[in-house]
Amino acid sequence: MTRRLLLLGGLGLLVLLLSGLSLMAGRVWVPWSAWSQAAHDPRWAIIFELRLPRTILAVAVGAALGLSGAAMQGYTRNPLADPGVLGVSSMAALGAVMTMYLSLGLTTPWLLFVAAMIGAGLGVAVMLVLAGGTGGTITFILAGVILNTVASAGVALALSLAPSPWAAQEIINWLLGSLADRSADDVWRALPFIVAGSGVMLMLGRALNALTLGETGARALGIDLNLTRVLLAVGVGLASGASVAVTGMIGFVGLIVPHLMRPLVGHQPGALLAPSAVAGAALVLAADILVRLTPSAAEVRLGVAMAAVGGPFFQALLISMRRRLA
Amino acid sequence: MKDTGMNETGMSDLVADNLTVALGGRAVLAGVAARFRTGEVTAIVGPNGAGKSTLLACLAGLRRPDAGQVRLDDRPVLALNPRERARRIGFLPQTPEVAWAVDVETLVGLGRTPHSGARGLSDADHAAVRAALVRTRMTGLAHRDVTTLSGGERARALLARVLAGEPSWLLADEPLAGLDPGHQLDAVDLMRAFAAERGHGVVMTLHDLGVALRLADRVLVLRDGTLIADAAPLDALTPAVLEQAYGVKAAIVAGGAGPLIELIGRAGG
Repeated sequence: MTRRLLLLGGLGLLVLLLSGLSLMAGRVWVPWSAWSQAAHDPRWAIIFELRLPRTILAVAVGAALGLSGAAMQGYTRNPLADPGVLGVSSMAALGAVMTMYLSLGLTTPWLLFVAAMIGAGLGVAVMLVLAGGTGGTITFILAGVILNTVASAGVALALSLAPSPWAAQEIINWLLGSLADRSADDVWRALPFIVAGSGVMLMLGRALNALTLGETGARALGIDLNLTRVLLAVGVGLASGASVAVTGMIGFVGLIVPHLMRPLVGHQPGALLAPSAVAGAALVLAADILVRLTPSAAEVRLGVAMAAVGGPFFQALLISMRRRLA
Repeated sequence: MKDTGMNETGMSDLVADNLTVALGGRAVLAGVAARFRTGEVTAIVGPNGAGKSTLLACLAGLRRPDAGQVRLDDRPVLALNPRERARRIGFLPQTPEVAWAVDVETLVGLGRTPHSGARGLSDADHAAVRAALVRTRMTGLAHRDVTTLSGGERARALLARVLAGEPSWLLADEPLAGLDPGHQLDAVDLMRAFAAERGHGVVMTLHDLGVALRLADRVLVLRDGTLIADAAPLDALTPAVLEQAYGVKAAIVAGGAGPLIELIGRAGG
C-alpha cells in the first residue's frame, strides 16, 4: 500500500514538473521570471491562452488513454489490448469524421464529441460481442482488426466523398493527432467527459482483479460481469472518445503505459489503473514538449511521433511475449 | 470477526431439485435431483459429457438451469445476491486460469473478493489469507510469482484461494486432474478436513473412480444427464452401475488397504 502511494506520488510529481516545463517550452521560451510580471509581459498570453489549454489537455488525454488501456487490458486479460489496437480509437475517429464530413463540426462543435464518444462506446461493445464470453488473445485481436478495418474504410469513404478539398484537409489534419492550437473551449468540452469516464473506469478495480481468475472465476467470486462490461464500455467510450475528439488519433499510450507500470504494482490489474492514468499523463506531456521543441519548419504531429515510438515498442512486446509462450 | 450466524446457516444442505439443462436440443441434465449434505465429501463421477461440470456449475449458482432449481437454506441460490452467494459457495473451476503474474499471496487474497470493499483487504481479510496459506502449506511460497509454481504448488495455491473466502460449501471441478498421486492425496486430505468442520460440505467432480471409492463419503454417478446411482461409494460404484455408466466390465476386489476397482474389459466384448 505504501509502495503504491509512493509510486503515485512520484508519478504525480513528474506530471507537475512536466506541466511546468510544458508552460515554458516551445518556439518562444517563457522562463519563470516572465510569469510574475503577469499581464505586462506579452508572453503572458502565450502561457495562458496557448500553452495552458494545451498542457491541461495533454494531462487529461494522456490519463484517459493510459487508463483506458489499463482497463481494457485488465478486462481482456491481454497485455496487447489498447484503444488503438482494438479499434476503439478508430471507431471514435469514424464518429468524429462523419460530423466533419457533414460539416456539423463548425456549427455545433459538441456534436463531434458526442459522435466520437458514441463511436468509441460502440467500438468497445462490438469488440466484447465479437470476442464473446471466452475470448482469448487471438479473438480480441481479430475483433480489433475487424473494427479497425471497418472504421478506416468509413474514414476513407468520407475523405474520398468530401464535399470540398478544405473539408478533406480538415479531416486529415485532425486525424494525424495533435495538441497544437487547442483553446480553452476545447478543454471545457473534453474535460468533463474524460473525468467522468475515468471515474467510471477507476470503479472497475475489484472486478478486474477478480478477472485474473478468468470469467468463471470472477463470477464465482460474486462479480457481476454484465455490469462490468457496461461500465467498461461507458468508461472507455467517454474517456477515449472525448480524447480522440479533441486531439485526433494518438496511439500506443494505452499500450505502453500499463505495460511499464505493471511490474511496479505487482501485476494486479486493479492496482494498475490509477498509476496508468498518471503515467499516461506524464508520457503525453513529455511527448508533446518534445514535439514542440523539434527543430522543423512545421511542428511534428504528436500522433505521428507517438506512432514512431510506439510501433517498435509494440514489436518488442510481441517478440518478448512470443518468447515466453514458446 | 467470524460471522456468528455462520454455523447455524451453514448447517443447511445444498439441494438440487429436478435440474434440467438443454444445450442445442440435447439434454445435458435431465431432471437431476439430489441432496448434498454438510459434513460429507460428495464425488460426482460419470463418463465424459455426462453433465458433471454442468451439474456443478448449477450447484454453484453460476448456471441457470432450464428447469428446476438449487436451494441453499431453502432459498434458491440464484435468488441470493452474487456477493452473498460467493461468500457461501466457494467454486474451483476446472483448469483455473491465472491471467497475470501475481504473487501467491495476492492470488489467495482474491478469495476475499466477496468480503472486501473497494478499499482493499481489511485486517480480517489478511488473517483469512494467512490461515488459508498455512492450511495449504503455502506460507513459504507466499511471495512467489504464481506463473513460476509447479503444477502441484499451483493447485495448492488455487485451493488456498477458495479456502480464504471461508465458504461453507467447497465445489471443485476436477480438482485432482493433472496432479501426481502425492499431490492428489494432499488435496483430498485438505478437502476432507474442510468438510469435517461444522456446517461445511464438499462436492467435487472426479475422473478417478479409485479416489471416489476410497475417499468420498458419497458418490453420484451421472450418465447422459441422469443420475443412475446416489449412495455410499461401495453401494454406488457397483459392477452393474459401472457397466451402465461406462460400458465396462469391472469388479470390486479387496485390496490391501480397502476395496479396489478392477477393470476387466469392455462390456459385451
